[in-house]
Amino acid sequence: MSALIRVENVHKTYRMGDIEVPALRGINLSIERGEFVAVMGSSGSGKSTFMNILGCLDRPSAGKYFLENQEVGSLRPDQWAHIRNQQIGFVFQGFNLLARTSALENVELPMMYNGFAGRERRQRALEMLSLVGLEKRLDHTPNQLSGGQQQRVAIARALVNRPPLILADEPTGNLDSSTSNEIMALFQQLNAQQGITVILVTHELDIAVHARRQIVFRDGVVIADKTSNPVLIAGAN
Amino acid sequence: MQAFMTLRIALRALARNKLRAFLTMLGIIIGVGAVIAMVAIGEGAKSTIRAQIAALGTNVLIVLPGSNVQGGVRAGFGNVNTLIDADARAMARELPSVAYVSPVLRRQEQVVAGNLNWGTLAQGVAPEFQQIRDWQVAEGRFLHEGDMDSAAKVAVIGQTVARQLFGNDEALDAVIRIRNIPFRVVGVLGAKGQTGQGTDQDDTIMIPYTTMQKRLMRITWVQTIVVKAVSAERVDEAQEQIAALLRQRHRIGPEREDDFNVRNLSDIAEAATTTARVMAILLGSVASISLLVGGIGIMNIMLVSVTERTREIGIRMAVGARSRDIMLQFLVEAVVMAATGGLIGIFFGVGSSELIKQWAQWPTLIDPAIIAIAFLFSGAVGVFFGFYPAKKAANLDPIEALRYE
Repeated sequence: MSALIRVENVHKTYRMGDIEVPALRGINLSIERGEFVAVMGSSGSGKSTFMNILGCLDRPSAGKYFLENQEVGSLRPDQWAHIRNQQIGFVFQGFNLLARTSALENVELPMMYNGFAGRERRQRALEMLSLVGLEKRLDHTPNQLSGGQQQRVAIARALVNRPPLILADEPTGNLDSSTSNEIMALFQQLNAQQGITVILVTHELDIAVHARRQIVFRDGVVIADKTSNPVLIAGAN
Repeated sequence: MQAFMTLRIALRALARNKLRAFLTMLGIIIGVGAVIAMVAIGEGAKSTIRAQIAALGTNVLIVLPGSNVQGGVRAGFGNVNTLIDADARAMARELPSVAYVSPVLRRQEQVVAGNLNWGTLAQGVAPEFQQIRDWQVAEGRFLHEGDMDSAAKVAVIGQTVARQLFGNDEALDAVIRIRNIPFRVVGVLGAKGQTGQGTDQDDTIMIPYTTMQKRLMRITWVQTIVVKAVSAERVDEAQEQIAALLRQRHRIGPEREDDFNVRNLSDIAEAATTTARVMAILLGSVASISLLVGGIGIMNIMLVSVTERTREIGIRMAVGARSRDIMLQFLVEAVVMAATGGLIGIFFGVGSSELIKQWAQWPTLIDPAIIAIAFLFSGAVGVFFGFYPAKKAANLDPIEALRYE
């Protein structure tokens, strides 16, 4: 069993006052190293909850989650923080960069929490920014960058601790289609050249087609899981 | 996360809201400044009182003649002539707890030098009076034993008298007249300034007590005897020994009242010091309240800041910040504000106590220890009032925080 991610019968139930709302109802999945996966589904399908659990931000109500063969669902919050720092890179729809902070410093941010010293930290951040093609925008703050550029900074930030896994939550949701394609091309390049596993959440079919595997959620269960070339999947939109 | 980096993040966060950070710090600035200035005022009063007491002489006892009962009329202290210089000599000779003894006779006299005259307090004293009252001699000498024996017509004059009678001229060896009796000035006393009651201590002239008795007052007794005990611990012992000795010398039977009265100046001194201390504590605690209010201001702003930066906290958590990293970040921010405010407050406090000294003519005294305490206290205020907001930030749920608009 060398799957990067393995989830076994994961349930998640939220409590809203007296009412229990099931968000995930028994998910079984395994994702191998080097895969490029699109997670699809309409809002309320449970895909965001699933991503939160994969990202060690939320705890499953039942079931097990193995990341690199380690059961992480029951770890302490500080251990989760360490996993988020070392093994997972996050890319968000709203970019989530620190405002009024330069691109370079935004990329350095994850390294502030693992004890990298100043010079090496800077060196690595520079490396990542040139990887995403922003070596000329180091001192620009987010409001001086276009949406696509901001997302590139966010990707550089996600990569900087060399995690095996990148989780992208609607990474192109705020971008126009040509910029979206550029960002997707960047993900594909990272996946192909560096062997980084990419899992992205999207509800847009033309984004999902960039991935090699599509997993579709509906009402808290997986209704489709296909490793294929683009096909129209019911319920994806 | 390294300490230096945490500090840098905190400084940058504060720099983004300079006005707000400054206004928040203002509470601490005023608090620390007020504590330092108020304590300086209190300490100044205390040290002034202490200096005045020291000017009276430390460990000093005053022996006054007792009240006299004549046909049922009890006159007040000092209205009889029961003390003589032999009593003073006996104390010096026989009592081990007594270091110096001097008889004292006092009268207001008109002193004439050339064409100038000046009314001043003439005191007939023994040479030991210099040690008892800690007088310095600026020029010439103090009275000595030979002057006593011969009832010499010599005088030592205070600074004020020297200025009034001689101006800038040389006073030493000049001749002054008291009741037409010529005295040679053998010494000029060092300045002592005013007492707590505003009496000018330098407005005096000292002559041998024997001269005072024989030539000016034509009496055989002495008005008071001042005594200095060998140490502060033995003042009470000296008081008892003096009383015992005088009862014996004056042949007072066991049932009869003393015909003298021994007063301890350090009791008065203690009362005055206590009053000053109470004032200092009162001022200090009122000022501390403003420091507390400053701390609440920090807490308030930190809570606002945590809410405003919820998203930032979420981002930091997503990229691997632990709860304690977040906690530390906000705590350091609060402490930096409090400590910076404390530093500025120290300057503010020292400056205003200088102003009070200059303009209000109030003696202020700044103890370096109070500066250190005020600074540490402001840091502690930062930790205390920063803790709750920092804890709140650290306990945020990363998912909620990331979603926060």
